[in-house]
Amino acid sequence: MIALLQDPVRRRLYEFVAAQGREVGRNEAAEAAGVARTLAAFHLDRLVAGGLLEAGSRRLTGRSGPGAGRPAKVYRRSPGERGVSVPARDYRTAAGLLAEAAEAAGLDVEVRDAARRRGRALGGEGPCGGLDELAEVLAARGYEPVPDEGGAVLRMRNCPFGAVADAFPPLVCGMNLALLEGLVEGSSGVRVRMDARPGWCCVAAEAVGPSKNNEH
Amino acid sequence: MSDHTPASARPASTRFHLAQFNVATLRFPLGDPRMAEFVAQLEPVNALADAAPGFVWRLTEEGEPDATGMRPAGDDVIINYSVWESAEALWDFVYRSPHLETMRRRREWFGRHADAHLVLWWVPAGRTPTVGEALERLALLRDRGPSPRAFTFASSYTAEEAAAAGAAGAGAAGAGAASV
Repeated sequence: MIALLQDPVRRRLYEFVAAQGREVGRNEAAEAAGVARTLAAFHLDRLVAGGLLEAGSRRLTGRSGPGAGRPAKVYRRSPGERGVSVPARDYRTAAGLLAEAAEAAGLDVEVRDAARRRGRALGGEGPCGGLDELAEVLAARGYEPVPDEGGAVLRMRNCPFGAVADAFPPLVCGMNLALLEGLVEGSSGVRVRMDARPGWCCVAAEAVGPSKNNEH
Repeated sequence: MSDHTPASARPASTRFHLAQFNVATLRFPLGDPRMAEFVAQLEPVNALADAAPGFVWRLTEEGEPDATGMRPAGDDVIINYSVWESAEALWDFVYRSPHLETMRRRREWFGRHADAHLVLWWVPAGRTPTVGEALERLALLRDRGPSPRAFTFASSYTAEEAAAAGAAGAGAAGAGAASV
């Protein structure tokens, strides 16, 4: 699985397709990776064979009927998750069990408190300045941030807590928000808030104007 | 995340709707200042539900905008009762909309339940389920665990599975309304 992404061209193609969050045609991917269409097609199909991408077909022109041509092959990221740990570890089962117990015991507030403390520790380098800086931090933590609303808001395409968040949304999304609240604590330029939408991480970050900072 | 199977032909899914019923034990009376932020969210969140994709029906007390005054499960237990076109529609409203913010803060307002507090089951499209039926389904889930007659998100059954098991809230009344 890792070996699949060792080739730099293949890796660029994978990262491009994953970052679009939609189906991507061969031409578009080839252009983005700066390689010929046939080479892109070869690598894209290898990524499909390896389970990292899914392939489908679509008429990219939007036309149908005679003259519309053959549907083009399109690619998108496979929804499955891949984890690698050497030697083998099973943090996912541990996380699921702990979440199940915390849910049953009603420990939402305690989990949030712990998450906020952890967030503060992670942000220990000093408060991040603006959304761009926060985007880098979030990207490094796997959130796949994307600017929205003309760059005023940052939304996250990936939930790093995936399966556990799906199983216990109020508990784990609350934990996630508190973690990020801790991370941006002390920052005058950004804040985070709950903004759950289908297919996105539950939290959004936004820039805070200077006028609001003067309030505290 | 929410990557749903593409719509293949699923006839039972249009003949049946998903009912959800949940109970929540108040930590303080609704008039208590500590409940004020929950109470303030009732109107906007209910409006959100009414406008949500796949929303079919929710219980309201006669002459009231919601059902918080109805206490069939105990004096300090409020109920929430609604019907949706699909489990995905309900999931997206409950966990992928501003409603999640209310869920996130549930322990500030509600006690934790040792038993199941939410139950799901399929009802014939067009028939409005009754409160008595909801209490029965919750009791069934608590007594026997998940089944096609009474299940949860984590242990869910499709409308086909429930129909095959003869568990989709039969009721002589509504079977006629198969239009969606």
